[in-house]
Amino acid sequence: MLEIKDVSLEIEGKRGVEILKDINLKFYEKKIYVITGPNGGGKSSLAKIIMGVYNPTKGSILLDGQEITESNIAERARLGIGYAFQSPPRFKGIKVKELLKMAASRNPNNVNICDLLYDVGLCAQDYLNRDVDASLSGGEMKRIEIATVLARNLKIAVFDEPEAGIDLWSFQKLAETFKNIHTKYDTTIVIISHQERIMELADEIILMSNGTISAQSERDTILATILDNNACACSTNCAKGVGQNAECIG
Amino acid sequence: MLSALDKQMLEKVADLHEIPQGAFNIRKNGQGVQRNTTANIDIIPKEDKSGIDIIVKPYTKGESVHIPVIVTEENINDVVYNTFEIGEYSDVLVVAGCGIHNSGSHKSQHDGIHNFFVRKGAKLKYVEKHYGQGEGNGDRVLNPKTILDVEEGAVVELELIQIRGINQTKRDTEIRLRDNAKLIVTERLLTNKEQTAESNITVELLGADSSAQIISRSVAQDNSKQEFYFDLVGRNKGRGHIQCDAIIMHNAQVLSTPRISAHHSEAQLVHEAAIGRIESEQLIKLMSLGFSETEAEEIILNGFLK
Repeated sequence: MLEIKDVSLEIEGKRGVEILKDINLKFYEKKIYVITGPNGGGKSSLAKIIMGVYNPTKGSILLDGQEITESNIAERARLGIGYAFQSPPRFKGIKVKELLKMAASRNPNNVNICDLLYDVGLCAQDYLNRDVDASLSGGEMKRIEIATVLARNLKIAVFDEPEAGIDLWSFQKLAETFKNIHTKYDTTIVIISHQERIMELADEIILMSNGTISAQSERDTILATILDNNACACSTNCAKGVGQNAECIG
Repeated sequence: MLSALDKQMLEKVADLHEIPQGAFNIRKNGQGVQRNTTANIDIIPKEDKSGIDIIVKPYTKGESVHIPVIVTEENINDVVYNTFEIGEYSDVLVVAGCGIHNSGSHKSQHDGIHNFFVRKGAKLKYVEKHYGQGEGNGDRVLNPKTILDVEEGAVVELELIQIRGINQTKRDTEIRLRDNAKLIVTERLLTNKEQTAESNITVELLGADSSAQIISRSVAQDNSKQEFYFDLVGRNKGRGHIQCDAIIMHNAQVLSTPRISAHHSEAQLVHEAAIGRIESEQLIKLMSLGFSETEAEEIILNGFLK
């Protein structure tokens, strides 16, 4: 289980400007959590706090009861935390198969690199020997990024907007892949997403806005609320149908 | 006889674990020590100056020539002139390369001046690796000059590699391409400590429908300095592309000057140049797979220079 206790994050050098405010969350094994909410609400920052890319200004993080707040990215990775970037970096001169092999190198299970690519909707033959550089499209990069996380034997897998740039067919494939991991392994899956179809996979949905958790509940309850549009972050009464530049009527 | 050190140097510069198959000429401390020719490839020592003529018969296919040079003593200043005649419609691999092991306090230098005549329809792959080692503080200097005349329809691939160990290098490469000739140059360079490196590559598209692609990647570490001058000249209908990328680290300096000049309305020339440090996102990605920061850096640099 991953526990986030009273975690806050301030913008570096700017005291008082908080990106995350007193976050408390528990992620249990074998569950899928979807974090959703408006852009700029702190979702990616929370994911980066889990991976160790950002260090919280306050609070602590525990993995199976073990304090990991001070552990760096590599240490957390070795403890079984993985993170699929929203905008994955590219590497000149490194082939898709080399990157996936590196990703799978600490996995004691026998990982088939071709299957990994299949699971994200890519044909292995076409991609294994290609470089992970600017010759790949954004969508292709994104799928390879997801494959690098699937390659690992993880306790916690965090996916930051995995659907972005992925076409409809692959999206279906991806949803199935998440379901498969859910059935086969004990991995806790945390997905940051705006997609209803991803939310439908969730056991629990966490709604984040303004750096706080505004709601957390079982899928059906929260999904109904979100779809009902009642959870609009705008607390004022907006006049529907007025011009784009119209301001909210306070 | 070759010593263990000689063999180690040969492995570094020519990927040779044993005496090579096919034609070869091994030069050590300014003298030829071993040579082999084949029915199709002849190696003849020059009479007027130091060096060899390498003659590949027309239509020779799938053969290779290894001409490594090793310098294991200090105070050596070896200048060698090699001429290559790559016969019509042949297809060969030439592996040159120089390894310097200098344990002394004086300079060791090797300047290889290579002239290639790549005849009509021939295919040549030329690999040149430079490597230096040794505990002494004597300079290890390599100043190669490579001139290629590539005739009609011939295809040339050059791989020029220098990874660490050479204190000073000035590399000059001049290539002239005739009708339908095709050229791919891959340059890889890593300097560290106080090393300096300069590379000048000039390519002239003389013939119609000739094409050239130059991909240069370098890493500059510590206090080292690198200078690159690329000059792509379109004198006929043809295409040329220069792509140079450098990763800069510590207090190193990199100067990159790509130049393209067209003297024909159907010459299409492109240059791209970039210098930058390792992106932090790249490091974070690899660390998130469990690699330490040092390991991640190594993986990125190895890939980049591959």
